[in-house]
Amino acid sequence: MAQGITDREVIAPALREIAADWSADQEVFRHTHWGKAMMWIFLLSDTFIFSCFLTGYMTMRASAVLPWPNTAEVFALNIGGQDIPLVLIAIMTFALISSSGTMAMAVNFGYRRDRRKTAALMLLTALFGLTFLGMQAFEWSKLIFEEGVRPWYNPMGAPQFGASFFMITGFHGLHVTCGVILLLIIASNVARGHYDKSGDYSAVEIAGLYWHFVDLVWVFIFAFFYLW
Amino acid sequence: MQENPPITSDAAHEGQQHPISLYLKVWGLLFLLSAMSYLVDYMHVQGIVRWMLIISFMLLKAGLIVSIFMHMAWERLSLIYAILVPPLVLLVLVRIMTIEANYAFWTRAIFMGGGG
Repeated sequence: MAQGITDREVIAPALREIAADWSADQEVFRHTHWGKAMMWIFLLSDTFIFSCFLTGYMTMRASAVLPWPNTAEVFALNIGGQDIPLVLIAIMTFALISSSGTMAMAVNFGYRRDRRKTAALMLLTALFGLTFLGMQAFEWSKLIFEEGVRPWYNPMGAPQFGASFFMITGFHGLHVTCGVILLLIIASNVARGHYDKSGDYSAVEIAGLYWHFVDLVWVFIFAFFYLW
Repeated sequence: MQENPPITSDAAHEGQQHPISLYLKVWGLLFLLSAMSYLVDYMHVQGIVRWMLIISFMLLKAGLIVSIFMHMAWERLSLIYAILVPPLVLLVLVRIMTIEANYAFWTRAIFMGGGG
């Protein structure tokens, strides 16, 4: 009974909105800020890029005849004389999730026109991003210099491991780097009151969309590359 | 252009005033789900249970990030469908590449002495 009411009250009007948006003979996304719509479409294309990498990784791993290294052991850290499996990756995951949390709050304060809190939270987000990058640099150097993994060679087994590791995490790291730069630029704009003149804080939300996407991609990399 | 004034200001900003506690709750849930997927590895869960747990935690986390943090839950349905439906074709790519990987694996195993 309650289900029937929601259907009629929520879903039917939403479907009418779709019909109206696409048949109005004008811009479909005119109800959405143009920058936000364009960022979403960019993120859709980025989704396809990362999906191609992950599918390529799946293909290489499934067709490799040499054994695939055990990621839990490869990415273990020796803490207090004990090897803790995958602990570095877990910390990186928590850093990125925390950065997403602070970014979501920054967007929220942006819509409340709270200049100082928005800028501070964006700076905190960028700091979490830098922490992530630092740990990734440590992870890369450990793999390159201590384990001797190369994009074309892997002493622990299948050479495809090196290729997919450097490609996937490298491209993700590049996204994080761009995100940190973007966040710092927008945060300094916010702090200087650049968006108070127009009253339009959409730039914060658009930067937020990009940043959450970086976190979203990591969720998939974490599951498929590190835990699989 | 004059007769079609963009209706952005009201539509884009409505529904964006959520209490901070909502974000803290989602943050906590994401932490919990990450910790649980880490535990799957830590406790050496293997086989079909492992894959199912990893995939479920992954999809739950992705859903939370997209719907709450990226505000997809409050967007218009036109935008939601335009962004979320196209990635579904990736399932076709995954299926095709599974077949291809199988073929490459057996070609290597049979004709190249398993040496890759």
